[in-house]
Amino acid sequence: MSHSQAAVPTSSHDDIHSPALLHHFATEEQQRNASNFGMWIFIATEVMFFGGLFCSYLIYRRWYFGDFGAASKSIDATLGATNTAVLICSSLTVVLAIWGAQIASRKLMIGSLILTMLFGLAFLGIKGKEYKDKFEEHHVPGASFSFENVSIPGHPDQYANPRHAQIFFALYFIMTGLHALHMIVGLGIFTWLLVMAWKGRFTPEYHTPLEVGGLYWHFVDIVWIYLFPLLYLIDRHP
Amino acid sequence: MSDHAKSSPLKTYFGVWIALLVGTYLTYAVAKVDLGPYNAAVALIIATTKALLVALFFMHLKGASEKLLKVVVISTIFFLFILMALSMADYATRGYK
Amino acid sequence: MSMATPIVTPVEREDYLNKEYGVASWLLTTDHKRIALLYLISITFFFFIGGFFALLIRLELLTPAGDLVQADTYNKLFTMHGQVMVFFFLIPSIPAVLGNFLMPMMIGAKDLAFPRINLLSWYLYIIAGIMMLHCILTGGVDTGWTFYTPFSTAFSNTKVIEAGLAIFVSGFSSILTGLNFVVTIHRMRAPGMTWSRLPLFVWAHYATSIIQILGTPVIAITLVLVVAERALHLGIFDPKLGGDPLLFQHLFWFYSHPAVYIMILPSMGVVTEIIACFSRKRIFGYNFVALSSISIAVFGFLVWAHHMFVAGISVYAALVFSLLSYSVAVPSAVKVFNWTATLYKGSIHYDAPMLYAFGFLGLFTMGGLTGLFLAALGINVHVTDTYFVVAHFHYIMVGGALMGYLGGLHFWWPKISGRLYPEGWARLAALIVFVGFNLTFFPQFILGYVGMPRRYYQYPGEFQVLNVLSTAGATVLGIGYLLPMIYFLWSMRYGKPAPDNPWNAAGLEWQTQSPPTTFNFEKQPVVTWEAYNYDEIDTGHKQEAKVVA
Repeated sequence: MSHSQAAVPTSSHDDIHSPALLHHFATEEQQRNASNFGMWIFIATEVMFFGGLFCSYLIYRRWYFGDFGAASKSIDATLGATNTAVLICSSLTVVLAIWGAQIASRKLMIGSLILTMLFGLAFLGIKGKEYKDKFEEHHVPGASFSFENVSIPGHPDQYANPRHAQIFFALYFIMTGLHALHMIVGLGIFTWLLVMAWKGRFTPEYHTPLEVGGLYWHFVDIVWIYLFPLLYLIDRHP
Repeated sequence: MSDHAKSSPLKTYFGVWIALLVGTYLTYAVAKVDLGPYNAAVALIIATTKALLVALFFMHLKGASEKLLKVVVISTIFFLFILMALSMADYATRGYK
Repeated sequence: MSMATPIVTPVEREDYLNKEYGVASWLLTTDHKRIALLYLISITFFFFIGGFFALLIRLELLTPAGDLVQADTYNKLFTMHGQVMVFFFLIPSIPAVLGNFLMPMMIGAKDLAFPRINLLSWYLYIIAGIMMLHCILTGGVDTGWTFYTPFSTAFSNTKVIEAGLAIFVSGFSSILTGLNFVVTIHRMRAPGMTWSRLPLFVWAHYATSIIQILGTPVIAITLVLVVAERALHLGIFDPKLGGDPLLFQHLFWFYSHPAVYIMILPSMGVVTEIIACFSRKRIFGYNFVALSSISIAVFGFLVWAHHMFVAGISVYAALVFSLLSYSVAVPSAVKVFNWTATLYKGSIHYDAPMLYAFGFLGLFTMGGLTGLFLAALGINVHVTDTYFVVAHFHYIMVGGALMGYLGGLHFWWPKISGRLYPEGWARLAALIVFVGFNLTFFPQFILGYVGMPRRYYQYPGEFQVLNVLSTAGATVLGIGYLLPMIYFLWSMRYGKPAPDNPWNAAGLEWQTQSPPTTFNFEKQPVVTWEAYNYDEIDTGHKQEAKVVA
């Protein structure tokens, strides 16, 4: 386990280094490795953060499978699938942006960044429409929640228990809401990246913020990749 | 430092992108078929495959020079699994619900 | 040994303390040493607050009747004592103060990997602290530090949301510290500083950081759920609405059990350093001690439901968790054996840090063994929610973690401040703490065993003697804690200037100036010797640590 030389030995200060090199790092490579590693660890914390929600969801889905099925059927799977595709495209544009930096193509880099953000906005827009629909159907948990006379998929004679359905919707809103919040933060990060890119701060040798921001964006995508089937597709048998 | 020497990754990126979109369509389509208890399993398998594709190729986990990042990912998944599995050990054996 | 080489006080050297003056130079610093001091001041402040609540609790318990405060107030007292002590004192304490200050130096680095995130950690801690203070001052919380639902979500009339959010923010501070440490230890070690040459203090902090990274987010999301449920009347944890209160407990304890290892592991790291130095020996079984730290971190995640044996989990789950809880004691025992073996045939010196280490050894062992009692299902049913549990965790948290913290503060004080503390007073304080501690908490084992429940402010008359002993002990303990605060402050102005290595200790941090310069080392050190090379040091083969270029 010991790749012992973690730091590169003493470089004299005559080495030409990028102005982005921070003083406590010996080399740019060390700095880039550290930043990358740091973001992966942050992603690990986010996995555990969402993980608590997935765990809660798992437990209640098992308990109230029928009621959850009924509730799940009432959210729009087509919009959900579309959103999944939107995020997948945005992940592609993220790697294209990094590739653009790597080959010093300003057009590709900036164009991809802008596309990524547009996809992100589209995702939020579609999500907003979904939330609006839920609000109008009184499926938002709280005082005006109502889920009467909705039959359980596969059991047309049984109605779903509204209290249990409310738990589904509570988890739905918290999970997708938290995810959307992360998207918004991601958009903020990418705005900053776009500004930096516009100012020409990224070169083939230095574009660590893009890589690190990209990792975050991909993670948010992965969360949605799991959210979509779990929330939208519990029981879609016709 | 980027891999100027390597061949263009664009083919990989677009390939993965197509695979992800296909996977999404599959998930959506299979959900309409009644596989009983296996619906969930299939959905999760497809989702995990997609997640792996993103992690390995878009997040460059595959080309990572050390094993360290993979250790981080695997440990995290392991502990998340512990959370779910040991909680389920309680819920699954309670004798009610 | 306590007398170091004659001290020469030359022209005042530049160090991290006098490099810059002014509030801004402190509040905007990215120097890990200054940030460590910022933490030192803040956590000491919260220690006082938590201690104040403890004082009120012990005062109330002097008499069997509930006559000092009302029942609701008492609930708030023990709740806030717990929350403040756990989240605002114990969890940050050693990592944020000693870890921040020392770890980069121990590995030969100029700073942590992300100095600005380090400062952000502190600001998050302060924001969380302000939120907590505001919560306390405007009514407090009465749910117990454990926030059990549905009381906390549906019935309590106190400021649960605010307290929950405060702890949520403090959790982020903890996560960022852990993240910083892991990246630093992986990426910023000096050339030659292989994993097997790392001080065990660093290994301990690495293990701690793993827990901070993987565990804290779970309590974060749990608190989000509690806040959401309370604000929106959701029903995720409310049985009336189909929810399961035990789900909260599972999620809560998934973090809060490993959290106790966040509190004890760094202390074990400190104790290892002290025992090695004051026995003048390499720690016995280095590999085992290093591995046991990692094992404790890993196993610590597998045992959480032992806090729920009587809460309603299934018998089978209880069996599994009981078995796993026994296993987690093994790496801790390994450490105790290794420390003891280190002492054997060592050249023991009884300086104050070592007195704290000895105290730790005895008290942690007792606390740990009583944990095994609690892991046994039969006994657990009898003593759960009694003072037995209270005594158990105070033995480990106070007798263990806090003693380690104090020992570490003493050990590294010359390095941190450039001053020597008064050794006589320090030894006296250590003894007072030890006596006071045992007087406070040993009676509580008995109280718990004979049936006094925890969190009660009234009790049957026959328990009074033990309670009075406990309160008396708490007073003595308080004096023991006040003394170091006084003489540490005194030493900053009037203490003898410290040499660079007053203990002749091993470790790169002792190769720096006392106090260190801002960038720690003039040139990048290159390490060519093993850790704890006391045999070389004491026979005059000096480590060529004086930074070879």
